[in-house]
Parts: sequence; structure tokens; C-alpha cells
Amino acid sequence: MACTKIKWTKVRKGWFMIRSLPNSTIYKITFRIYISLFYIFLIMPLLTVAILAFNDSNFISLPWNGFTLDWFYINTEERVGLLADENLILSIWTSLQTGFLVAILSTIVGTIAALLFEQENFRFKGLLYFLALSPLVIPGVILGISILISSTIAGNYIETNFGVDIEWLRPSFWLVVIGQFSFGATYVMLLVSARLKKFDRALEEAALSLRASRLQAIWYVTIPYLKPAIIGAFVVAFLISFSNFNTTIFLAGSDPTLPIDLYSRIKFSSTPVLNAVSFLIVTVITLFAVFSLVINRKK
Amino acid sequence: MKKNNLTFYLLLAPVLLWLISLIVLPHIDLFVSSFQFENDDGDMVYSFANYLAFFEDKIYWLTFVKTAFYSIAITALAFAITFPVAFYLSKVVSLKYSGFMTLLLLIPIWVGELVTIYGWMILLSDNGVINQFLMYIGIIKTPINMLYTNFSMTIGLVYMSMLFMIVPIMSALDSLDDSIIEAASDLGASKWTIFTQIIIPYAMPGIASGSIIVFMLIIGDYVAPNILGGKSSLWFTEQIYNEFLATFNWNEGAAFGFMLLFLSSLIIWLALKLSGQKLERVGS
Repeated sequence: MACTKIKWTKVRKGWFMIRSLPNSTIYKITFRIYISLFYIFLIMPLLTVAILAFNDSNFISLPWNGFTLDWFYINTEERVGLLADENLILSIWTSLQTGFLVAILSTIVGTIAALLFEQENFRFKGLLYFLALSPLVIPGVILGISILISSTIAGNYIETNFGVDIEWLRPSFWLVVIGQFSFGATYVMLLVSARLKKFDRALEEAALSLRASRLQAIWYVTIPYLKPAIIGAFVVAFLISFSNFNTTIFLAGSDPTLPIDLYSRIKFSSTPVLNAVSFLIVTVITLFAVFSLVINRKK
Repeated sequence: MKKNNLTFYLLLAPVLLWLISLIVLPHIDLFVSSFQFENDDGDMVYSFANYLAFFEDKIYWLTFVKTAFYSIAITALAFAITFPVAFYLSKVVSLKYSGFMTLLLLIPIWVGELVTIYGWMILLSDNGVINQFLMYIGIIKTPINMLYTNFSMTIGLVYMSMLFMIVPIMSALDSLDDSIIEAASDLGASKWTIFTQIIIPYAMPGIASGSIIVFMLIIGDYVAPNILGGKSSLWFTEQIYNEFLATFNWNEGAAFGFMLLFLSSLIIWLALKLSGQKLERVGS
């Protein structure tokens, strides 16, 4: 017993490490300082652009010249605000549409892939699963250029042999949707699979024994069980699409998505309207995050 | 099984269509067109010319080697910075705050790379927030040149990828039962022993999958090196972009793309072999 006592005192005086064990003050304070610095590092760029959106200046950075809302709505020769900038509004609209379509396509195919790989056994399953995961380890640039090359080859082939010019095989809105879907489906598959692993297949068997067809069992039993994961995956696919640059740049045509538009503005014509857009995105995302936290708390 | 066949094919068809038309065929086309070369007569011929161009021009392979080494180093840096954070969030901080703090981590990722990298550009520029602040409190007299250097590029790459390191490590640590650490501590194990014998081995699957995803994001990134890196710090992806979007030499670009794919696959394969992990587990 004496021995145990000594060791407990040693632990109490010591340092390590987790909630349930007593920790020394220095250990706690050092850790807290490090974590605070990390969170400052994390928040700083977002906070900076958000604040500078209200700076009464024609330059994107400091010095601070006072508060203004100019960069959100004004339309003069010197300053064009967010709402007055037609190209910007158009690219936001393009991104919203793209994100929505990509999310729908990815959710459908990703969920089907999850069902296929979790519940079926067939030849070449390992190979197909490897291919389905491969977008995680293929750089976005490579996906972009390879889809660009093969769609161009297909488009040229169809044009020379059938005399039909298929517009969506050239860089365009639809090619962006297709390109983003190619990796969006992977993320959906992983998120849905994670929940499907916890599914009790006895429920499906019960439906089958009550003479439901396999499809009916999936539709009425499995899918409702997967619903939270499917909704979550839809949101993730939308967000991945909305912020994608690396793949999209090769596939975008004359109607750029928001990241493409932002990139060319940052490179060639940066005005504080960029800060205004950033403020808008940061605010929407933060509200969305708070909202999802509240929902999770309720559960 | 027989009556399930129809359902099976209904599930298989869309997945096959996705994988063959958007993953397999494009990469075959990439591979084939990297060997096509327009000769002086204007005919397309098969040759190694695109790959020879890579080795003949010093800037190409220097950039290639630099990108490889930087990617590995920055992945290690991202691990060093984020491991304490992952440990803190899953084992130290009180449960009351951990949900909120984890959510805060996700915000920069959801906001998107363009906006966050743009934020760093404003922070690091000569009349940016950091320089102005340092001059205001009197530490420096003239601005330090931070933007358009390897330093600013490294910050950007760490920032945009670090979440993908934290989340897998956290989920690995979450499954580590606290009582194991308590037991070790009760039996008199030192913190170093607990760290190397329990925590690191337990977190290893998370560390491996986090490192692979982070490495892949870094080596394939364009935005951070291009916006924050400037001329002095070329990234290999920038060469690919130039081939496709500036000089329109798609075949040479395809060859460069294939080199990058080969490089990243090779390094990831080596990492999997060395850490004894499997790709199938990276996803989960």
C-alpha cells in the first residue's frame, strides 16, 4: 500500500497528461499557451480579411482609414462594391449551381458505391475499391488535366466521325461539374460507408423475409438509417465543390466559379471587394458551423 | 443470391461508369498523350521527347526535386505542429469545450483555400498586418520581406493542410482508452515511456493516413505556392499549369503530370510500406 501511495504522489507532482490524471500547473499552462498560439494562427487570416472588408481605402491591406460599407454595395468609377459587381455575383451564382449539382451527383453515386462495397461480394472488388479511393491520393491537378485531355479526345473523335460538336466536352460549366463529381463521390462514399458499417443487417433480412425485394429493403430500411450520413455527405460535397480550385481551373470555360474568379483578381486586379467577398464567405461558414453545433448539442 | 442479381447490377453500373469514365480512361489518355509529340512536319508521333524535355531543362527537374523534398519536410512540420493540438483536443481539454474547439478547426477548410491564402497574403505583405504591428511596437524599423518567399509559401501550405493531419490523429486517439494511460502511470511509467510506448503506437494509423493526405495536398497544391511563393519558389504544379494554360503544350504537360503522379504515388507507397499501413485504411 505504501508503494501505491508513493506513486500516486509522484503522479500528482508530475506532469502527465490526460483529463482524469492530476497535472502540474506548468504542464497545463505551457499546453494552454501553445494551444492559444495555435488558435491565433488559425483565426488570424480569416479575422484580418473580415475586418479589412470595412476599411475605407482603395488598397486591400493596411493602413486603416476608417469604417465604410462601400465595398459591399457602392458603384462609382473608383470603387465597385460586391453587390454592384456583376461578374462577381455571376461567379458566386455559378459556384452555387455547380456545388448543388456536384453534391446531388456525388451523393447518389457515392451512396450507391458505399452499398456496393459494404454489402456485396464480387470479383475485382478490391481493385474497384482501390480505384474508388484513388482520388484521395491523386493530386487535384492530375485529375483536372487527365479529364481535360480525355474529354477533348472524345469531343474531337465525335466531331470528326459524326460531325457533332458536343459543347460540354470542352471546358465549360458541365465539364466542371463532371470533374468535381469524380472526387466528390469518393468523399460521400467514405462518409456513408462509416455509418453503414454500424448498420445491423438483420433489419434488412427481416424486410426480405417479409417478402420485400432487395431494392425495397434498401429503399425503406437501409436508406432511412443512412439519412443523417447522407445529408452530412451532401453538405461536405457541396463545400468541397464550392471551394475547389486545383481541378476546376482546367475545366472551367467562359463562366468561372468563384475560386477561379477570386484567383484572377488576386493575381491581376485586387481591390478591397475581395475582402468583402471573403467576409461574406467567412460569416456564412461561421454561422453554419454554429448552427451545426447547436443541432448536435440538441441531439 | 440469384434473385439479388438485378440489384447487384443496378448498384454496380453507376459505380463502374464513374470509375471507368472519370478515373481509368482519363489516366490512360494522360499516359498515352504524354508520349505523343508533334514533330517538325506537324505530325503527331510517339516519342520520349516530352520526357527528354524534362531532363534537358535544369529548371524542370530542379523544381521537381525541390517540390518533393519540400513536400516531405512540410508534411513533417505539419505533424509536429498539430500533434500536440490533436492530443490536447482528444485527451486534455474538458469535454465541455472540445466540440467547439474542434469545430473552430473546420472553419478555415470550409471557407476554402483561396480566401485563407489571400488572408495570409495580406498578413505577410510589406505593409501587411504583421509588419505594421511589429513596427508599431518598435521591434523593427523597416518591414521584413516575408511575402513571396519560401517562408510564406511554407506557412500557406501548412495552414491549408494541417486540419487533415489533426482529424485522423484525433480519431485514432479517441479510441485509446484513458485507463491504459492511467494504468501505465500507476505502474510508474515515465511520460516518455507512455508517449513512445502507448500514445505514438496507438496514434500510428491516424498519423499515417493524416501524413499521406497532407503530403498529397501539399505536393499537388497550386494556390499557396503561386500566390504566396512568388518567382523565387517555383512549385512543380506551376510548371504543369504553364504547359496547359500558358504555352498550350498539352503533351509535355501530360508528361509532367505523369511524373508528378508517379512521384507522389511512389512516396506514398514507400510511406505505407515503412509504416506498415494499408491504403484501404487511409480512407477511414
